[in-house]
Parts: sequence; C-alpha cells; structure tokens
Amino acid sequence: MSLLPNTATLLGKELRTEFRSRELLTTTGVFILIVLVLFSFAINPGTEEARQFAPGLLWLAILFAASLMFQSCFLREQANDTLSSLRLAVSDPFAIFLAKLGANTLFLLLTELLMLPFFAIFYNISLGAKLPVLVLVLFTGSLGIAIAGTAISAISAQARMRELLLPLLLLPLLTPVLVVSSLVTASLLDRDSIVLWKGIGFLAVFDLIFLTALWLFGEYLLEE
Amino acid sequence: MRKVSFEIAPGECVVLAGRNGSGKTTLLRIAAQIVKPTAGKLSFPGAVAQPSENGRPGYVAHTTMVYDELTAEENLVLFGKLQNVEQPAKRAEELLREVGLYERRDSLVRTFSRGMRQRIAIARALIHRPSVLLFDEPATGLDPLGISWLANSLREVNRSGCTVVMSLHGESEISALATRALRLDAGAVVADTKTGASLRAILTFGGA
Amino acid sequence: MGKRTVLGAAAILLVIAAAYASFYVAPEERTMGVLQRIFYFHAASAWAGMDAFVICFLCDLLYVWKRKEKYDWLAVSSAEVGLVFTTVVLITGPIWAKPAWGIWWTWDARLTSTFVLWLLYVSYLLLRTLIEEPNRRALLSSLFGIFAFIDVPLVFGAIRWWRTQHPAPVIMGGPNSGLEPTMAKVFYFSVLAMHVLMIFLVIERYIIEKMKHEVDILQREAEA
Repeated sequence: MSLLPNTATLLGKELRTEFRSRELLTTTGVFILIVLVLFSFAINPGTEEARQFAPGLLWLAILFAASLMFQSCFLREQANDTLSSLRLAVSDPFAIFLAKLGANTLFLLLTELLMLPFFAIFYNISLGAKLPVLVLVLFTGSLGIAIAGTAISAISAQARMRELLLPLLLLPLLTPVLVVSSLVTASLLDRDSIVLWKGIGFLAVFDLIFLTALWLFGEYLLEE
Repeated sequence: MRKVSFEIAPGECVVLAGRNGSGKTTLLRIAAQIVKPTAGKLSFPGAVAQPSENGRPGYVAHTTMVYDELTAEENLVLFGKLQNVEQPAKRAEELLREVGLYERRDSLVRTFSRGMRQRIAIARALIHRPSVLLFDEPATGLDPLGISWLANSLREVNRSGCTVVMSLHGESEISALATRALRLDAGAVVADTKTGASLRAILTFGGA
Repeated sequence: MGKRTVLGAAAILLVIAAAYASFYVAPEERTMGVLQRIFYFHAASAWAGMDAFVICFLCDLLYVWKRKEKYDWLAVSSAEVGLVFTTVVLITGPIWAKPAWGIWWTWDARLTSTFVLWLLYVSYLLLRTLIEEPNRRALLSSLFGIFAFIDVPLVFGAIRWWRTQHPAPVIMGGPNSGLEPTMAKVFYFSVLAMHVLMIFLVIERYIIEKMKHEVDILQREAEA
C-alpha cells in the first residue's frame, strides 16, 4: 500500500515548491492583514464592542484568504498537465488529495499564526495561557477549510469563471466552520475564558465527514 | 472514437497516422489510462524483457508533464519515488545522462528549451522502465537535429524491448522506425500494415 | 387522460384543498390569529423542498455510479424544484415575522439554515451554467451536489448551536410547540399536497430536460 509514502513524497513536493518562492504564504499573509485593518475601519476599533467582533472577523478574514489561496491548488497542475502524469504515477489518487490538503492546512495555519500577534495588538487581546487551545481551534477549523477547499478547487479548476466560482461554492459549504469556530474562539478569548469542547468536537466531526467524502469521491474529481 | 480493436505484439514499433481529430490522441490517452473509454477493454498482457515497475505504460505528449518550478533532477526523483523505482536518485542520474541533460540537472525546468523539454518528458516517461512507451506526435516543433536525436533514442528504447506506439503526421526519420502502422480516420481504423497496406500510403493518407 | 395530466390535476386540487383547510378547517391559534395559518404553507413547503433535495442527492450518487444521463436530468430538475419550495419558505418566514416580531428577519435558527441551504443549491445551479461539456457538467455538479447535501445537517446543527449561545426570536414557535389534533391533520394534509405538487413539478421539469437533450441531438445531426 503506497498511499502514505506517495502522500509523503507529494507533500514534500508541495512544500518544496512553496518554500522556494513563498509567494502563496506572503500574499495570503498580507491579505489577512489588510482585511483585518479594513474591518477595523468598518467597525469602531478600540471599543469593547470591537473586541467582541474580533474573533468573528478573524475567521472571516481566514475564510476569504483561503478562497484566494486555494485558487492555484489544482490550476498549477494544469500548466504542464502534471495532473495526468501524477495520475499515471500514483496507484491511489487519494494520495494527491491528501498531500494537497496537508499542504493547504499547513500554509493556512502558518499564515494564521503569523497574523496572531497583529490580531492581538489591534484588538488588545492577551493570548498567553489561551494560546495552546487557540492553536487547536485554529488547526481543527483550518483543516476543515482545507479539506473542503481542496475538493472545491478540483471542481472549479474545470469550470469557467473559476476565480469567482471557488468562493461561491466554498463559502456556503463552510458556514458550519465559520459559525462554530467564531463561537469557540470568542468564548476562549473572553474575560472568563471558557473552552467550548463541544464546538471543537463539532469541528473535528466536520473534518472527518468531509475527509471521508473526499476519500470516497476524490478519484472522480480528477477524471478527464 | 468509434469501434477500434487491434492487437500489438511486444517489441513492435507502431505508428498511428491520421488527420487532426482522427482520434490518435484520444486513443493514446486511453492506452495511457488517463482517459476511460466508454466501452471496451484495454490490456497489457504478457511478459516482456524488462517488466515495468508499476505496470503502467510510459506516456509523452505535447507538454512536459513535469513541474517547471522544480529542477530536472528533482522532477525525475519525484516521479521515480511515486512509482516505487529502486534507488530513484541513481535512476534519475542514469536517465539524465542518457537524454543528455546531466549538466542541466540542477536547473529549473522552466528554463529549458523546446528540445530539452521533450528530453525531460521522455526521461520522465521512462523512469519506471515501462514495457510500453506511448508517444503523441514526437516530431512536433523539433529541428532536424532534434528529430535525428529522437529517432536514435526511440530506436534504442525499442531495441531494449520496449514496445513503442506513436502518432505521427508524415514521413520522417522517425516513421522509418515503424514495424507496423495503422491509419485512423474519424475515430476508426481504416488501414493497417498488418493487413497489407503500405507504410507510405498510411503515412501520406493515400489510398487504402 | 394521460398520467401526467392526472397528476397535475391532483396536485392543483390538493393544494387548493390544503389552502382551504388552512383557512377554514384549522382552528384559529390563540396568540397569533390568522397570521399563524401561513405556517401550514411554510412548514409543508420546507419538507417538500428538503425531500426534493434528497432526490437530487440520490440522483447525484446514481449518476456518479452509473453515468446514465437520465440521473443528471432528474438531479437538476429536483434541485430547481427544491429551490422553488425553499424560496417559498424564505418568503413566508419574514411575512410571518414582520407582524409578529416587528422585524423582517430574526436570524431564527431554522430560517437561517434554510437560507444557507438555498445558497448551496443556487451555487449548484450556477456551477452547471459554467461547464459546457454535458458529461463533465453532470459529473462535477453531481460531486458538488453530494458535498452540499452532506453539509446540510452540519449547517443546521451548527446554526442551531449558535442560536442556543445567542438566543433570538423563533419563527412560528420552536419545534416543541405542540399541534392540536385538527391542526396536526391540516398540517399533514398540507405536507401531502406539497409533496404531490413537488413530484409533479419534478417530473415536468425532467421531461423538459429530456426534450432539450433530444433537440440538441437533432441539431447536431442537422449540422453534421
């Protein structure tokens, strides 16, 4: 069963390609920053109300950034038809998806962690002890975003108006992640920091369901 | 495609000829198992001199099917690892020397010329020592020197026991390698050297 | 008389009968008066719409498995009809809410989830318009349809949890508000009527799609 070795090899390829140019990470990171700043102009920053909006705004910024970040996911395999050579080379096509969603989760998480200090400063939120759980929430949420995003990216790459289509298909699908992640993050960053484990569990269930769906139907997404 | 049915013996060097849109590319992609036929069977039976590492044919088409942002060596090692090739780094080096790209092994494929791009594509296709090589319009965009080199390489590949199936547009040094030719028209086989048609006629679309 | 005509006539008669029953047979509700009667329409449409989406989901699965175009025709038909019924739900909700609560939209859990459901299937239909090749369109939209449908329980679950954290006015009483016997009978009769109407519309739309396909074939033969 060469699924795991193939996934590891392909993940290595995705990471190597990205860290060589770092274009995806930098552009996405700057984008989240811009969105956070712009949000501040829309609400009244520095007030107590603004602090209450902050978690939701963070996740909105992450969702928008993801819609941009995942555009190139399968498009870059169209340039030289590398999708065909990958499909020829790999015995289980799920490896292609696992590698891409692993890379996407990693990149998304990395940009989020880089943005956290700015987020904490803008909205005067002390992270400190809450950081480990916050990272857990960011991870489970981002994983769901990446799984759905990778699947949808494979679909939109084969249609017209793909730049608009990807967010159009992805964002309604990710409503549960936005709702629950914002709630859990808000509760965590609140004065009486409460961890809503039920919410984190929900996110894990979301991740599992979509991962299973991707596993069952992935090969059809790659069909020609 | 319409109904197509033929057999190729191991070691043959087969040419598929036909106008644009006659189905040559589709047939090759089906053989490469990239496209699934709506009906019918495809099988690669029998032992060959060097069995391939994963049973899949090698496939070369118009694009390199490798990554522009990786080096020649990185690309070959990648595809070698994916197909469980033994000692992929060594095999990659071997192939790079064979196709004459060893000096450029650390260059990004993005910087390659047309001729070099074809050579890396061939290397990629052969990395897992396939018993069948499928080649879609190999001579496109090559100068006479490139065509000579390619004809030699294909001769070597065929001689080492690999069955070669390629689609061509006319007579050349490459078509001279053919041990068999078929002409396709509108998705069906209309002539076959096996049943008596002449190679020249098939290649120049003259007569039956 | 053809079967379609019989079905159509039955559908219209049942709907009229259900409307009549809603107004004249069902007893007046204590707190909300006449306005409450819209509930029969609203809830019955919701059930019929959801069942149309279930049909769509099953057809998506069948298409991916069998690749017969009739499943794709049925999928798009049921998706469109489902969308129509869902639109009715989204319109009747605010019509009730404005006089009852003074605001058009209360972010009620079920209504909000229904709105996301609506967005998902609008995206489904939009995706179809952006892929020209019929087989590719059928496959990709089926795959998206599958992802969308498995997302639905997650959407409803997430939003319901969200509303328990931030309570808001509920449209037409929560799920616990009991129905008096006569009301229950009228309700189930409305559900039946809406389902018959739904099935009739899906069949009619399916036949149109089938004819469109036949016209396409004739056109192509004429051009060849």
